Amino acid sequence: MAGGGLEELAKIKSFDELLGIASTYPREIVLRGRIERGLIEEISRVKKEPDWMRRLRLRALELFEKLPTPKWVIGLDEIDLEEIAYYVKPLADRVESWDDLPQWIKDYYKKLGLPEIEARFLSGINTVFDSETVLHRVKEELRSKGVVMIPLEEALRKYPEFVKEYFGRVFPMSDHKFAALHYALWSGGVFVYVPPSVRVEQPIEAFFFVGSELEGQFEHTLIVMGEGSSLHFIEGCSAPMFKKYSFHDGMVELYVHRGAELKFTTVQNWSRNIVNFNNKRAIIEENGYVEWLEASIGSKLTYTYPTSILKGRGARTRNINVAISNGPFIKDTGGKAIHLAPNTHSILVSKSISSNRGLTVYRGLVRITRGAIGSTSHVQCDSLILDNTGKAYTYPRNEVEEPEAEVTHEATTGRLGEDQLFYLQSRGLSEGEAKSLIVLGFIRDVLQGLPLEYVSVLSKVIELEFSEYGGVG
Amino acid sequence: MPLQVRDLVVRIRGLGKVVVDGVNLEVGKGEIVALMGPNGSGKSSLAYTIMGHPRYEVVSGDIVVDGESIVGLSPEERSLKGLFLGFQNPVEVEGVKLSNLIIASYNKRIGERDLLKTSNPRIIVEINKYASILGLRRELLYRDVNVGFSGGERKRSEMLQALILNPRYVILDEPDSGLDVDGVKVIANAIETLRSRNTGVLLITHYTRILRYVKPSRVYVMVNGRIVEKGGYELAEKIDREGYSVYQ
Repeated sequence: MAGGGLEELAKIKSFDELLGIASTYPREIVLRGRIERGLIEEISRVKKEPDWMRRLRLRALELFEKLPTPKWVIGLDEIDLEEIAYYVKPLADRVESWDDLPQWIKDYYKKLGLPEIEARFLSGINTVFDSETVLHRVKEELRSKGVVMIPLEEALRKYPEFVKEYFGRVFPMSDHKFAALHYALWSGGVFVYVPPSVRVEQPIEAFFFVGSELEGQFEHTLIVMGEGSSLHFIEGCSAPMFKKYSFHDGMVELYVHRGAELKFTTVQNWSRNIVNFNNKRAIIEENGYVEWLEASIGSKLTYTYPTSILKGRGARTRNINVAISNGPFIKDTGGKAIHLAPNTHSILVSKSISSNRGLTVYRGLVRITRGAIGSTSHVQCDSLILDNTGKAYTYPRNEVEEPEAEVTHEATTGRLGEDQLFYLQSRGLSEGEAKSLIVLGFIRDVLQGLPLEYVSVLSKVIELEFSEYGGVG
Repeated sequence: MPLQVRDLVVRIRGLGKVVVDGVNLEVGKGEIVALMGPNGSGKSSLAYTIMGHPRYEVVSGDIVVDGESIVGLSPEERSLKGLFLGFQNPVEVEGVKLSNLIIASYNKRIGERDLLKTSNPRIIVEINKYASILGLRRELLYRDVNVGFSGGERKRSEMLQALILNPRYVILDEPDSGLDVDGVKVIANAIETLRSRNTGVLLITHYTRILRYVKPSRVYVMVNGRIVEKGGYELAEKIDREGYSVYQ
């Protein structure tokens, strides 16, 4: 493939340089204005969806209007919700081949190395540009194993009863104001069903791209894992630089049946103008397992707290949260584990890095309900502060109603001192190189288990983050 | 052309306290020069200043490497110009494995942009070879820099880095302190190896013990931030007999 690809990626000096400033591109439909019934009806109409979905959206709208802004949300006040375009369909048909994409989309994807990664490591990919899927590729492995992977809109038409059974079941719209907003406006995203006992070897990736400012992206990912199945699902996101902000309020619902295993990895590298709100939750049945790896690197503000509901006996989860705030940005992240059954186990690990006036906040919750005997949870929060201006706050919360359960908690805070920096610099490393080495070492353990290619891309992103050219921006 | 310190006056940034007060000193290529003095005489401050520690402010004078002033340069630039400081008490750096630090420092010198890439497999062979010569357990290479290292292991790790990076001038700040006799001999041999490669060595030491194994061609004595005497090896022998009290 000419131009782009992983080799190119290895040579660039900053991510801003890679994607540059947002350029204009043809857009087929742009819906903006007050969030009210007319707008919701219009979105539902252009998406030609079944009536039950239209009614669901309207219910969500009512909730959005009723619910207060959550107390824990800081910094969202500067968003004027009436300024945003809630539905943007770029002038691009959904295609199955990279070559059939319009040149301006292809250029972005090539710069990010997506076609090469897909060709080499993935069993399927779904890419959302603004509000709609523009590329959907399924490889032989998925077809031959009977795995269903289709855009969610298509799943609504093809498997209405199935989607109806799971959609909105894991993450209720009443959870908070922005969950309700998501359901009212959702568009784009992928539906995956892995049949019982099917083990998918190569990961599936979903990639989200926001192409212009003052835009909202509300994609919805729904994954249902049949009994004893396994899958690694990877999410990536990116955007070029804008003058103003854009808003992302995506949702992930995972339903993991008995004995199934799902790894869900997110590498979030939005540009500095994105306000990123994530709603991620899994329900895990008996002996099922979910591993979240949430790496929050980019964006202006990020709120994400992947949650595992351990519903069946022996269900397990591991929740790894990596957050980097380098510059005047906020990462308000964490994880939650809700133990509803006996012998359920959770491990929550948070690694946060802050510098250059960056703020990281860890918010975690472990709830062990009465009767969840023999359950254990371990929470570990490690913060690394790279200078005198970075800040890290930790708010872990335990609600243990079952006396025969055990919750343990460890927290460490490390600060990169002048002498450590000098030591590394005296060996010939620049300040940025020294910091990226330390950061990569700090998160080394939690990156284990990721495909090597992703580790190397992530390492590169982190190196750029702290290089003299990149970061801060 | 040598490493030269010319009329150097240094104070601690913010405090104003002068710690190096008009020092002149010179280390030629392939030469071992000893800088001796009692505790608190400013030897380490001088070493830090030569390497560019931000806590030390050059008030006047100059530091010149092979004819070029380095006073305005950052520590990494000084390092890439061929200076190396072996720390007296090297800090723990959590998150960075010793082997990765050495590879990254080496890659910087050969212009390899991917800092952790082993582009030259010989480097691993070299690291293992010198670790073995220095008596540094190989598992320490895969531990975070200095974390859980004993005092002696830290000294050996500093020498290992010097041997791999092959600097033009090394400043070794008490490389012998806290070592037993065998340890001192190992460090002395490593210093001799550096010298034989034509590296200039500024050997800072409090005691004369290591000077039994490495013979400096010149000896400076520093007290209260000033060079109070200089001479040949016989000066070290005199200090061995009489101590520093005559200068105070």
